[in-house]
Order: sequence, then structure tokens, then C-alpha cells
Amino acid sequence: MREAHAAHEAHAALQHQFDTLEQQKEASTLGMWIFLVTEIMFFGGLFCAYLIHRRQAYEGFAEASFALDVGLGAFNTAVLIGSSLTMALAVWAAQVGRRKACFGLLLVTIALGSVFLGVKVIEYSHKFHEHHVPGPHFHWEGTYPEAAEVFYSLYFAMTGLHALHMVAGIGVLAALLWPAWKGRYSAAYHNPVELTGLYWHFVDIVWIFLFPLLYLIGRHH
Amino acid sequence: MTIATTHPDPAQAATRSYLGGGGWDLKSWLLTRDHKRIAILYVISITLFFFLGALGALLVRLELLTPAGDMVQADTYNRLFTLHGVIMVFFFLIPSIPATLGNFLVPIMIGAKDLAFPRINLASWYLYNLAGFLVLWAILLGGVDTGWTFYTPFSTTYSNSYVTLTIVAVFLNGFSSIFTGLNFIVTIHRMRAPGLTWFRLPLFIWAHYATSLIIVLGTPVVAITLALVAVERTLHIGIFDPALGGDPVLFQHLFWFYSHPAVYIMILPSMGVISELVAAFARKRVFGYHFVAFASIAIAVLGFLVWGHHMFVSGQSAYAGMVFSVLSMLVAIPSAVKVFNWTATLYQGSISRETPMLYALGFIGLFTIGGMTGVMLATMGIDVHVHDTYFVVAHFHYIMVGGAIMGYLGGLHYWWPKMTGRLYPAFWSRISAILVFLGFNLTFFPQFVLGYMGMPRRYWAYPPEFQVLNVLSTAGATILGVGYLLPFTYLFWSLKYGQRASDNPWGATGLEWETTSPPPTENFLTPPVVTKDAYDYSDFDEGAERRPHLAREEEEYA
Repeated sequence: MREAHAAHEAHAALQHQFDTLEQQKEASTLGMWIFLVTEIMFFGGLFCAYLIHRRQAYEGFAEASFALDVGLGAFNTAVLIGSSLTMALAVWAAQVGRRKACFGLLLVTIALGSVFLGVKVIEYSHKFHEHHVPGPHFHWEGTYPEAAEVFYSLYFAMTGLHALHMVAGIGVLAALLWPAWKGRYSAAYHNPVELTGLYWHFVDIVWIFLFPLLYLIGRHH
Repeated sequence: MTIATTHPDPAQAATRSYLGGGGWDLKSWLLTRDHKRIAILYVISITLFFFLGALGALLVRLELLTPAGDMVQADTYNRLFTLHGVIMVFFFLIPSIPATLGNFLVPIMIGAKDLAFPRINLASWYLYNLAGFLVLWAILLGGVDTGWTFYTPFSTTYSNSYVTLTIVAVFLNGFSSIFTGLNFIVTIHRMRAPGLTWFRLPLFIWAHYATSLIIVLGTPVVAITLALVAVERTLHIGIFDPALGGDPVLFQHLFWFYSHPAVYIMILPSMGVISELVAAFARKRVFGYHFVAFASIAIAVLGFLVWGHHMFVSGQSAYAGMVFSVLSMLVAIPSAVKVFNWTATLYQGSISRETPMLYALGFIGLFTIGGMTGVMLATMGIDVHVHDTYFVVAHFHYIMVGGAIMGYLGGLHYWWPKMTGRLYPAFWSRISAILVFLGFNLTFFPQFVLGYMGMPRRYWAYPPEFQVLNVLSTAGATILGVGYLLPFTYLFWSLKYGQRASDNPWGATGLEWETTSPPPTENFLTPPVVTKDAYDYSDFDEGAERRPHLAREEEEYA
């Protein structure tokens, strides 16, 4: 490994603690995967709470779920899957050194992420007006007001945490724009784009689980 | 292990030392990315919190000197033991060994120049301090009275204290420990020196690897759980409070899913330290190296399957209780493997009774008592009887204080010459090790008896017949306090006045002893190549470089 270092030309992006760019790439990729494991456990606590409560009050959850706008939820699902496609293409563009394509695709990914958040804001504001936000002003017309309040507690906690991750992801993508525009990413060094891609796909996958769990309970009846 | 280390002249070594030679440049410390400097910064921070937590313990013990609740109000007492618990668990024990000794030694022991992510490492220290600032702020405002466990619905609805602020602090602190764990896993996987295979790694590294697994898998769960408590308290959403449709037992499940493995975050690094000390001071390879290494992993894995033993009386199903009871007892197997293997290492070893070894021997005894009483508590019938009594308090202090802190102090004494380049007084350090051992037993052994007789924990007053044992316990705590103040004093003293340490003052094996004391910024002047297993004392020469510490002391007192 150290002989390889001597032969390897020093790259500007190589940090002092690593011998080679390859070692640096392996380390940062492993680091991102472990970070995603912590994220799975982080969301896992919430999913666990959801499952326990849903099992205890299934009818109430189904009733509460009906008050969510499936159309907006499905639209957002499509938007997010589309953003994962543009993200994957951006990683490809960085790998083959297509500077303008990489920049443009990152920009489209940011735009789609922002559309998702915009739709989320519309959905949240509907819930505020309908008094479906848990707390002293919560009001429920249906048969299971208590279960509905628990459902909406979980709804806001889970989608809220997911939205925070979207905001963070958009922030990271924005930070990639400048180096992408300057053409810093190449076949030899494109790790930041690739790792951001991993994170973005993770956040996407969380939504793929959230959408049916929250919007589609009991719709088949 | 052998490496071709060139020995530069002392002047050159001093200028390349990570401590920076003569100058004291605050900015270069606060913005450092050197794992060794960050370790030193962590030592300073956790020492401050240790003494704050100890102050809480002191006030608790003073109140319990008399049966009547006469020194403080009941409410103040609740805030005092919560302060003690929150500070000691989250701000001392969890970061104690990984963030200090681990931070300093993991890269050096595997022959790397630094951790994989130095900036994340520095961010971890800042996050820890931000969290520490918030918890201090909560204490100054009036403190928290929930106990360190934040049980709902008391914490979400009824407690009239600074729960939210404290939870924010614990939440942030959790991420500082995740940063450390993530860094260790990647570093151990990807940055080992040429020739350093997994089964040549020091057991200290195996222990830190296992600890890091628990940190990255467990901490996020308690983070989201406490975040939900804070949101429930501020925005009145209903997840845990039954009055809002929530489930308080769900909180306990989620909380202990992390907080039981957290005990292994505290004890595993300590076990790693003990493996190093026993080998170094018995001059033998650790008996059953592979078993000790895998025992660390087994403890990490089993640790995630036993949380329900905290909930035998919480309305958990009796069948679940039985399963958790059996699984909890299984943890005793890898723990016992370690204790037996350390003992077997001592057998026919060439033992020297240096200060770190005194701590290590103390650890083995105290951990055994703590572990055996753990098996008792894992038995449902006994646990229902002694639940929430001082028996439980004594048990976990034998693990967390008798185990984790003894390991921390032993390790600190062992690697202090490496970290600072200075030796400390051998006589006083031995006195302190003995005081800690005696004081500890006097403090906590009476609590086993108290608990078995039925004295409940978390009360500020008690029936008069418990007084004798409580007085003994408080007296022991005083001795323990002196035992802790002594190292603080002479280690500080040694920084300026201590004799300069050689590169390998104990004559031990390991890459950390083959570089200079203190090491250069890049850890090794020549990148190491490993050709031998860990703890290779086969060519150990009985006479030479044997006990420089001891020889000097014998000269002093001859």
C-alpha cells in the first residue's frame, strides 16, 4: 500500500491521514454506509413506535389515514423517485467527467426536492386548518379521536423528520454545485457526489416506506 | 511486533512532538485535527464533568448520613441524584475511555497517521462541549428531577423541571459519541498498517470495535426516543403519555434498547484496557487471545437482546420476561471468558505490581462481583424482590465504577508517560489505587446489604435501622473521593515536574511503545510494518529494562 503511495501521484483532494486516493474513497464510502446504518436505527425507533400503536388501534389509524390527501402523497412519491433518477445520473455525469451535465442534474435534483417540500407545506397547512395537528386544538369528527391524535402525532413526527433530512440533503447538494461547475469531479475523484447520492437515495427509500404506512391504511376495503 | 524505528536526537523529537514543543498556541489546539490533541481536549472536558458528577454523589451521600431528610428538600434530592446520573452516564462514562484513550491510541496501535475523519473527530468534541454547556445551563436554572432514565409520563407531562433542555443536551451528546464510533469502525477497517491482520490487533482495538458497533446501532434509537419525549412535552403530541393515547411501556422498551447496551459501551473499552495491562505486567501473551477478542463482539451482540430485564415489573409479559431473563444470563458467558482468560494469563506470569496493574487486578475482582450480582438480577424472582432497591444501585456501581472507572484510571496511568512524556510518582499512585479499591468497596458493599434488606433507591430519608450501613457507605465515599483527588493532583504535577519518560517505560509490546514519548504529530517517524502477533513477550529478557519505575522508587526509598 505504501509502495503504491510512492508511485501514486499526489492528488489535491488527498487528505493527510490517507496513503492513497483509493484508501480515502474506501474509507469515506464505508463511513457513509455506517452513517446510513445510524439513520436506519434513528428512523427505526419511530417505525417501531408506529407499528406498536397501529397494532393497538388499527381501525382508528385507518380512519385517520383517510383524511390524508392520497393524490398529493402519490404525486410527491413520483417527484422523489424522479429526483433519485436525476441524482443517479448526476453521479454518472461526475464519474465520466461531464461537467455541465453534472451541474445541471444536481440542479434538477435540488428543484425536485424543493417541489417535494413545497407540497409537504401545502399538506401541513391543510392539516392546520382542519385542526388535525395534535395538541390542545386537535379536533376529530370520526369514531376514534384518541387513535387519530396518536396517528397524527406519528404522522408529523415521521414526515417532519423525513422533511428535515430532505432539507439537509438539499443543503449538501447545493454545496456540490460550485465544485461541479468548476469541474472538480472526474473519473479519479467524484466521491462527494457519489456519497451524497447514497444519502439522497436513503431519504427517498424512507419515503417509499412512509407513503404506504401513512397514506394507504385500509384503502383496499 | 517489530518496526524499524529510527531514533532521532531528543531535540528533534521534542520539536516534532504533537504537543508542539515549547510554545502554547491556543488556536492550534482548538482547531486541531490531530487525534492525540483531541484526546487531550477530551480528557480536560470529561475530568471537569467527572468532578461535577462526583459533587452530586457527595451531596447525595451526605444527605443519606442521617435517616431524616434534613440536609435538603426531597425535591432537591431528586434533582441531585438526577444530576449525578445524567452527568456520570452521558458526560463521563460513555465518552470516558473511547474519546480519550481510544482517540489517542486507536490510530497509533494500528499504525495509522490519524483517524479516518479528523474533522468529524473535532466536531465530536465541540458537540460534546455544546451539550455539556446546555446541561450545565439546565442545572443552573434549577435542574431535572426525572432520574437519568426520563421515564414517561412523568418526564413528558408532570415533571416541573428542565427536562426539555436536558434532553436536547443528551441528544447532542449522543451524536458526539456516534461520531467517535463511526470514526473508529472505519479507521480499524481501512487504515491498519501493512501486516497488521485482524488477529494481530491488540485486544484494546477489538474492544473498541465492539464498543463502536454498539454506539452506532444503539445511540440513534435513544436519540429519537428522547427527541419524541421532548416533542411530546412541548407540543403535546401523544406517543408515550397514556392521557394522550400514548404508551409509556413503549418508552421503556425504546429507552432500554439503547441504555442497556450503553452499559457495555462503558465496560467494553475498560476490558480492552485490562487486556493490555494484564499482558504487559504479567509478561505473557493474553491467554486465549481469540476467545477474548470474540467475547467483546459477543457482548456487543448479546447486549442488544437483553433490555427487557429492566422491565420485569413494568407490565411486560411474563413470557417475554423469561426470555429476557435467559438471554441476560448468556451475557455472563463471554464476560466470564474474559475474567478466566485474564486470570489464566496471570498464572505463571512474571507479574509486577505497578500502579496500572493494581488497577487492573482491582478491576478483575470488582467486575466479577458486579457481574455475578448481574446474574442474580437477571433472575426474575430475585429481581422482583430487590427491584428499585440499593441492591441494584450497588450492582451497577460495581460495573460502572468498580469496572469502567478502574479501567479508565488504570489505562490513564499506563499510557500517561506516552501521552505526556512524563512519569508520575510511583508511591503516590499506588496509594491512590489502593484507596480507590478500599473506598469503593466500603461505599458500595454495604449497599448490597441495604438493598437486600429492602431500602429503596431514590429516597432522601430512610428508617433508622439502616443508618449504620449508610454511614459506612458515606465514609467509603469520602475515601473514594480522596482516591480520585490524588491522581488528579499528581498527574497534573507531573506535567511540569515529572521525570521524562523513555519511549517504552514499561518494556511493553505494541506499536504505541515503538514511537517516541510523546509521539510526533504523524505518530511514527517511519511508517510501521507489523510482522508479529500482539503481546509477543517470547524474547522478553528478565533483567533488562524491566521495572525502571520500580527500580527508581527502590532507590528513592532505600
